[in-house]
Amino acid sequence: MIKVEFLGPIGKAPVEIEAKTLADVSAKLKEDETIAPWLGKCAVAVNDTMVKELDFALKSGDRVSILPPVCGG
Amino acid sequence: MELYNGPLDVKEIFGRWLDEEAESNYGAYIPFVGTIRAEGGIEALSFDIYEPVLKLWFDGWQRKAEARGAIVKMAHSIGDVPVHTSSYISAVFSPKRRVALELIDEFVEDFKANAPIWKYDVISGKRVYAEDRSTPMDGAGLLK
Repeated sequence: MIKVEFLGPIGKAPVEIEAKTLADVSAKLKEDETIAPWLGKCAVAVNDTMVKELDFALKSGDRVSILPPVCGG
Repeated sequence: MELYNGPLDVKEIFGRWLDEEAESNYGAYIPFVGTIRAEGGIEALSFDIYEPVLKLWFDGWQRKAEARGAIVKMAHSIGDVPVHTSSYISAVFSPKRRVALELIDEFVEDFKANAPIWKYDVISGKRVYAEDRSTPMDGAGLLK
C-alpha cells in the first residue's frame, strides 16, 4: 500500500491506495472530485524527495505528498 | 534553519547570526526581513510548513552558497503572525559583497517559488488560503 498525504490548504486526511507508479496514483486521485481540481497545480514528493517523473516506481510503504501552490514569507 | 511558533524576534536572531560569524572573516552580511503589511482587512497572516521538504530545499541552498564561498541562514514562522511583525528573515554572509548581493536575490526569489510553505489571511479570526498570491512549485501538474 502507498500512503498519499495532502499538504497545506487541501485539507483532506491521508489515504492508502495500491499503486505501482505515480501514474497509478494520478489515476486514483482523479476519481476523487475534491482532489482532482488540485492536481494541475500541485507538485509531488515521494518519501520527502521532490519527483518530476510520472513513471516513477513506487513500493509498498512509500509515502506520496501532494504539495499545493506555495507562498512563504 | 530556524522555525518558530508566531512572530520572529528579528533583533535577537540577526544579532545572534552576526555573533556566530563574527570571527568567520566574511566581508559582507546582507539581511532580508519580511514584515506583514496591513492590507485587505487582515489581522495577521498564518503559515503551514512542511518541514522535511523545506529542510531538503534549504540544504540544497547551503551547498550552492558554499560552492561560492558563502553561507545562507533563514528563520520562518509557523502559525499566526500579526500585522507589523515579521514571519521570514534570511541572510547571506560572503567574503565579498557581490556574491552576497546576488545570492540574497536568488535565495529569496527561490524561497517564494519553492519553499513548501502555505500562507493564509486571518480575517475576523478565520484562516483563508492566499491562493491568488501562491505559486505552483517546480514540477507542479505532474498528476493532472
